[in-house]
Parts: sequence; structure tokens; C-alpha cells
Amino acid sequence: MPKVTIDEKVVDVPEGTNLIEAARLGGIEVPHYCYHPKLSVAGNCRMCLVEIEKQPKLQIACNTKVAEGMVVKTQNPRVEKARRSVLEFILINHPIDCPICDQAGECKLQEYYMKHDLAVSRFPIEEKVHKDKAVDLGPWVMLDMERCILCTRCVRFCQEVAEVNELCVSERGDHSTLTTFPGAKLENPYSANVVEICPVGALTNKDFRFKCRVWFLKRTESVCPGCSMGCNINIDQNEGEIHRLTPRVNEEVNEHWMCDEGRLTYKPVNQKNRLRFAKMGEKDLHPDEVLRAVREMMTGVDPNLVCGIGSAQFTNEDNYALASFLKELGSSHLFYHRFEPAHPSVDDYLIKADKNPNTKGVSTLGFKEIGGDRRFKFFFVLGALPEEALNRIALEQQKKVILFNPWDEETVHYADTLLPVGTFAETEGTFTNCQGRVQRIRAAFPPPGEGRPVWQWLTHLTRLFEKPAPNYTTAPALFLSMANQIAAFRGLDYEKIGNQGMLLKG
Amino acid sequence: MDRVLTANFDHPDVDKLPVYEGRGGYRSLKKVFSLKPEQVIEEVKSSGLRGRGGAGFGTGMKWGFVPQNSGKPIYLCVNADEGEPGTFKDRELLLRDPHRLIEGVIIASYAIRCHTAYLYLRGEFFEPYQKLEAAIREAYTKGYLGKNILGTGYDLDLHIHRGAGGYICGEETALIESLEGKRGYPRLKPPFPAVQGLFGCPTVVNNVETLSALPYILEKGAASYKKMGTEKSPGTKLFSISGPVQKPGVYEIELGYPLRKFIHEDAGGMLPGKILKAVIPGGSSVPILDASEVEQVNLDYESMNQFGTFLGSGGVIVIDEDFCLVKALKVLAKFYAHESCGQCSPCREGTGWVHKIMTRMEAGKGTPADLDLLLNLADNMTGQTICVLADSIAMPTRSYIKKFRQEFEDHVALQKCSKM
Ligand SMILES: Cc1cc2nc3c(=O)[nH]c(=O)nc-3n(C[C@H](O)[C@H](O)[C@H](O)COP(=O)(O)O)c2cc1C
Ligand code: SF4
Ligand code: SF4
Ligand code: SF4
Ligand code: FES
Repeated sequence: MPKVTIDEKVVDVPEGTNLIEAARLGGIEVPHYCYHPKLSVAGNCRMCLVEIEKQPKLQIACNTKVAEGMVVKTQNPRVEKARRSVLEFILINHPIDCPICDQAGECKLQEYYMKHDLAVSRFPIEEKVHKDKAVDLGPWVMLDMERCILCTRCVRFCQEVAEVNELCVSERGDHSTLTTFPGAKLENPYSANVVEICPVGALTNKDFRFKCRVWFLKRTESVCPGCSMGCNINIDQNEGEIHRLTPRVNEEVNEHWMCDEGRLTYKPVNQKNRLRFAKMGEKDLHPDEVLRAVREMMTGVDPNLVCGIGSAQFTNEDNYALASFLKELGSSHLFYHRFEPAHPSVDDYLIKADKNPNTKGVSTLGFKEIGGDRRFKFFFVLGALPEEALNRIALEQQKKVILFNPWDEETVHYADTLLPVGTFAETEGTFTNCQGRVQRIRAAFPPPGEGRPVWQWLTHLTRLFEKPAPNYTTAPALFLSMANQIAAFRGLDYEKIGNQGMLLKG
Repeated sequence: MDRVLTANFDHPDVDKLPVYEGRGGYRSLKKVFSLKPEQVIEEVKSSGLRGRGGAGFGTGMKWGFVPQNSGKPIYLCVNADEGEPGTFKDRELLLRDPHRLIEGVIIASYAIRCHTAYLYLRGEFFEPYQKLEAAIREAYTKGYLGKNILGTGYDLDLHIHRGAGGYICGEETALIESLEGKRGYPRLKPPFPAVQGLFGCPTVVNNVETLSALPYILEKGAASYKKMGTEKSPGTKLFSISGPVQKPGVYEIELGYPLRKFIHEDAGGMLPGKILKAVIPGGSSVPILDASEVEQVNLDYESMNQFGTFLGSGGVIVIDEDFCLVKALKVLAKFYAHESCGQCSPCREGTGWVHKIMTRMEAGKGTPADLDLLLNLADNMTGQTICVLADSIAMPTRSYIKKFRQEFEDHVALQKCSKM
């Protein structure tokens, strides 16, 4: 591995690394706009100029690969002067409408100006080039052409990642304009990713723009529940209202991206029809009352009439808690259901036809697809199971259903008892994606009303049954138990899963 | 001096193949095909021929960079995009002696083992296009192009691609992008075209004039060519001279020739009543020379460098005392702002900025601070970009203001042009 000296610091980096990445490995940030680790090198912004010993001209770090013995300066006066001048060029025609710009607060133009420039403008405001302010590029993205710094990240994203020709630059010089090809729209299934890679506020997400200033957002690391890929995401919310989901880097799963469909998965969380209180029939009840009623109903019941229906929409922990609970009751009848839309989107990249985040997990835990004899009477169900699916295995006219759900939906009113639980955004636990990667989701805020995790409801129930176990107090504790009991989970550690996930054994 | 490039210029019908052949045309090929490609490269190397597109890079040396074991096809691109203000010499070669260029293309292609050559022609060159098309057709018919050329087993196709009007497409990597059907954005270098050019394959880009010199060199030998010119700038070159001189036009001149002599003798001297103030010697993008420098400098690469400028494309623009340099710089800035491809921040924004300042100044609204601002911008635009178009306005800006600062200051102080 070549050794390079960057600002007096010796770093050992793999062959082929460019100087931006090499500096990053040494803890030094080389400011840049057009470079993106997942895209080809365009070298157009000229922000990353650095000095390399024995080279008369400054070189762009993004297009320079490390070489043994290279000595690089990223912050001497010459480099800083060049950087300031590049920033000045980028800013002369910039509208600087930060007060009304959604990017303000997470804008690289603001950031670098504050850090590297702070110069007074030498360019008269009335001479600025004016361009279009609100260009509708497609279903997700709006363009403010005056803010665009023409780094072409978005263009390269479309060509190289989404593999479509939708965006291009037209015109020349300072009239250059980002646009869609004639007759084309920015409408590939990954289109909204251009918003995050745009270093400035030129591209905004129609679903987010003008909703919330970014400094009010609180960020929670999670996983998209939209399909079995389990793209890593951030939940950005303010006071319990989610404003956007953005992709979070996981090179093994979604790299830097997520699909547009996945970005909508937060909508049901914010929906009005959340189930807030436990219900029996039409009546809201206190949790204790409901639990006592369930306890009563289950007294003396033949365990072979009891079955648990897990869900590929729920976490490993929730499903595992259900399995453990049934085991305490003496039943081992475990089925699961999943959400199966008629025409699922699918491609050969991130978008999987299985629209459930945890199919692999729930099947690994021993749950079977629903089927077989109609012989069960008592059902503990996770999520909105269609009634006809249940009827396939229910003794005719005789079923009793205890159903855990985040929403108060007509379709589950067949349940005798409804218990409110959190959505993915309100739940701590893990999903196992289609690769067998166990990934953590985290609660951005608690569920509304008296909602609580499935495993918490079940723990309380177990106590009423005066059974010693399971008695779970936290999701990590549940995970520990799961790792001890389930072969595939053996050796996995909740802490080590961290924010990048760990593969199941085998 | 032998006329290497313009020997046929006095023969109006030489664009017809039989006339060209009658004047010795395509005769070099016999010798060329008797040599190995490497030997052709050697011959061109020893002739000392340097690229006439502007940079003056050794032609044989450039060919030598083409890897011969890449397993990929090798391409030759003929740069006929001539767009630099003040430069109009390739057009004459295309119009008046198209077969000489085709012969040169065959020689170069054979030397680098290329079987497909593209001629990238400036879109506005319609008449040259017609002449070239006809000449290429004749060459195919006569077996100078196509399969098994002159029975040697060597194949070569030559295609014309007409540009769409961007000056930047004359920059060799923008030319390649444009040929590939993309927007004419210059590429980052490295990789250089010799290694990774057209369609990702090894590619040589040569100027029309460079290639047109090859038939002479191969027929008469490198030694004859080297006898002309200077030690480091051998041979002859075309100069296109414009401005208030008696006989503007295109001249073939032996390199090393005094500029003063070229202007006052060959081009017939200044128009009556006009006094020479300055000369832009190598196309619009090179630094300007003042009258005293014009007296001393010679028309070769080294002498020009000594005076801080470049031989460039050989576009000699003569400027007289009555012509306003503020206006000259404004016109240039407008050109480069219009032609900047817009990729690099310093060029995209800087060319436009310089143009705005110059427009203001020309209209009498400049301020004394503008001059230093311009010099500062010129510095900030130099050596920071993907291609040298940004330098092409920075260099004139710096040199005009440094050498003629008084004229700029007067213009600012008077708030109008003193030339009117
Ligand atoms: C902005 C720009 C425009 C150029 N335009 C031309 C042109 O019109 N014709 C040309 O031959 N070379 C032009 N060049 C130079 C080419 O990039 C290249 O150096 C040349 O074609 C190489 O040929 P040569 O080695 O035979 O000179 C231009 C360069 C730049 C930077
Ligand atoms: S893009 Fe950045 S600098 Fe420009 S207006 Fe928006 S926040 Fe301000
Ligand atoms: S819209 Fe954003 S990402 Fe696209 S070129 Fe402009 S600044 Fe870059
Ligand atoms: S210097 Fe100017 S013309 Fe050349 S690549 Fe950069 S922006 Fe384009
Ligand atoms: S990041 Fe290197 S030039 Fe833009």
C-alpha cells in the first residue's frame, strides 16, 4: 500500500485511492462539490485543488491517485487562495436565497463559504445571470436553476446508477442549464436520490420542500420497511411528525441510495387512523382491563386450538416474542403472513418484489406459510391479516382473535381484541433482509396513545398467566434470548449489528 | 524555401484527383507502404514536425505514444474545426488542396496502424465540406482509400463528421466526445487520447496543417524538411494575417522568419495612414506583442516564447493605433464567454465576469479598480481548469492590461474611447 504524506500526516492507503479519499482516511477533509464516491470523476468544480510536491500546477484531488512517497498539501496559503477563488467564481451568479432555500443548514455552499471564504462580494448583484427558479423535473424533484452549481452529480447519477438518460446540461458558459432531455422527465425509480447528492439547494424533494427547516429535524437511523432489500435510511422527524426518509450509506445493501417508493413508507406513520387505545369490540379499554379479559378468555383452553400468526412486516423481536408466548401456552402452531400487492414493482438492483422487510427473519424463526386444516380457535395475530386468510385455518364460526396493529382499519374489525403497537418508526428491533442481513431499526419516537411494542404486551400477558418467562424488558434483551435459542441467530450481538447489520449464520 | 503546403495553391483545379496526381500527388504513398509503420514514425520524428493546431507538440513523438498492443482499434481524428479568431489557414488547405490532406491522413494512419479515420469539420465550412466529400469519393474510386489500398493489403476508411458550431469542439478531447455523439465537454487528462481516446481506444488527433505537411516529408525526406526553418522549429508554417495590412491572407513562411519582415514585406505593410500598435501573433488566445517586440521577434516557437507569447495556430492579428484595445479585449471576452463549455467553475463564471467588466468599461463605466480586478481574475483563471480555454482569455487580459495599461486607464478616466 502506497504511503503518502498529507499535511505532514503519513497515511497508508490502498493502491488506486484518490487524494480526497486518502485525506479522508487521514482525517482531513478536502472540500469538494462534484466528486462523489459512487460516481465517475467529473473534475469540474475545481474546489478540491491541492498542491503536490514536484508538480508545478495545483492538481484536483478527486482525479489524482495516490503514489508512493507523494507529498500533498491541502491547506497551505496557495491552496487556500485557489479554493477561495473557486468559491468566489461559484458564488458570483448564485442567488443566495438561503432564507427561503430548503438546503440551508445542510448546504455545502454555505458550509465552505463559512469555513474557507467569508469574503465580501466583488460582483454587482444586478449583473447576476438569472435562470429559472421552479422547474418541475418529474414526480419527485423541483429544480431551482439559479442555485445549481453545475457539478453534474445528478446527471451522472441518472446515467451511471439509475442507468437512464433523463438529465443533461444544455447551453454553454454561464448560461449552462441543467434540464431533462427533450420529451423526458426525471422519473426513474430512484430519481429522488439526486436531491441528496445535490450539494446545494438546486434540487429539492417535492415531498419535503418548505415543510421544515433542517435544523429542527431529529435524525434516527433505521431501515426502510418498503421491501425485503431493507435499504438503510434515516428518519428525519420533528416532534413526532416524520418529514422525510433519506438513504443512509451501507455499501453491502443499498450503497448510498434508496428507491422513490421507499421514501413514501413513512406516510402511514403520520396517518390519522392510528390505533391509540386497546379495543374490544367498539370500546376503548384500559390496557390492564384488556389483558385481564384475554387472560380470562384463555383460561383452560386446549393449547392445540391456539395459534400465532406472525408477520413479515414486524421485527424479529416481535415475532420471536409471539413464538415464545405461544410456547408458554403450550402451543407450537406458528404461521406468518405478508403484504402481497397484486403488481409489485421490481428490478435487478434494489427494488425487490417481496414488499416485506422481514420475510427472511420470520421464516428463520420457524413460522410457516398459512395453510392446512381448519382447526384453530384462538389467534394471536401481528398486523392486518386479511380475514379470509384467517378463515382458511379457523374452526368455522368459532374464532377468537387478538390482533396487534398500528392502525385502526376497517379490515381488522373482525378481531375481538385490538392492541395498539408501533410502526417501524416507533419500534426498536431488527429486520432480516433478503440477503440474510440482520439490521437494526430504532424508535424515532414512541407510538401514539397507549401503543407499545408487541413484546411488551406479551410480556405483560405472560405475567398474568403467572408464567416465569418470557419476561422481556428491552429489545436487546429479547435479541439476546433469540441469539441463544435460534441457531441461525447464534453468535449475533445486538451491539455489534450496529448501523451496518450482520449476516445470519449459514 | 520549398513550398511544402501551398505548392498547389496556384492551381485551381488541383482539388480534382487527376490534376493532383499530375502534380506529383499521392506519390509519397509508394515509399510509405515500402516502409514499416515504425519507420514512418521515425521519419516524421526526425523531420522535427510539430503540431500546427496550436500546442506545437512533436508529431512523431505523439504517434509514438500510441500503444500497439492494446488489442483495441486505433483511430486518427483530423482536427478541421478551425475556430480560433484570427486563424483561417486550415480552411485554405481544405478548399484548395484537399487531396494533400487525404494523402497526409493515409500516411499518418498507416504509421499508427489506424484503419478508421474521422475528419471533424467545422460546421460552418460548407464549401470545404463539398470539396472534401468529392475528393474522398475520388480517392476511394482510385483505391487510395478503402480496402487493400494500392494492393498493399492495408485498409483505411475516412469519414467526415461535421461539427455543430462549438469552438470548444476543436479541443481534442471535446472533439472526441462530440464524435461519440456527446456534448462537447473536454475530458480530464490523464488519460490522454493516445491511450484512451475515441470510444475508449488509442487515438491520435492531428491538425489539418500538420497532416498536410506529411506528403512532402515522406516524399522528399525528413532531411529536406529539416533544412528549412530553425533547429527547434524546422520546416514551414502557414500564417494567416489579418488587420490593417495591405495584403491580408494566408502565407507559407519558413519558421524563424522575422515577424516584422512578414508584416512589412510579405503582407505588404500597413494600410496607408495606419501605424502598427500591436500584434497578436498566434491566434486570439495568445499574449499580445507591442510594436517594439514586433520588431524583434521571429516566427518560430522559441522566439515567441522568449517574448512571453506563443506561435499558436499562426493567426497573426495586426492592430493599429486607431483601434481601441479595450474594445478588442471586450470582443475577445465575449467570444470566450460564449464558447466556454461551462464545465469548470473558474472558466464558466470567470469568462462571463470578464466579459461583463469589459462591456461596462467599453461603455465608459469602468472604474480604476476594475483593472486590478481583471488582473486578479486572470490569475485566478489560469492553470485551474480542465482545458486551456480559461487561460485563453486570461492570457490576453493580463498582457493587454500590462502592456497597454495607459490606454485602459485613459478609457476609464475619460469614460469613453479616446480613439473616436
Ligand atoms: C479551446 C481549444 C480549441 C482548439 N481548437 C482547435 C482547432 O480548431 N483546430 C486544431 O487543430 N486544434 C485546436 N486545438 C488544439 C487541439 O486540442 C489539439 O492540440 C490539436 O488538434 C492537436 O493537433 P496537432 O498536434 O497536429 O497540432 C484547440 C485547443 C483548445 C484548448
Ligand atoms: S443553495 Fe445553499 S447557498 Fe444557495 S441559497 Fe440554498 S442554502 Fe443558500
Ligand atoms: S442540480 Fe445539484 S447536483 Fe445537479 S448539477 Fe446542479 S448542483 Fe449539481
Ligand atoms: S476550461 Fe472552460 S472550456 Fe475548458 S473544459 Fe473548463 S469550462 Fe470547458
Ligand atoms: S471535487 Fe475535484 S474538481 Fe470537483
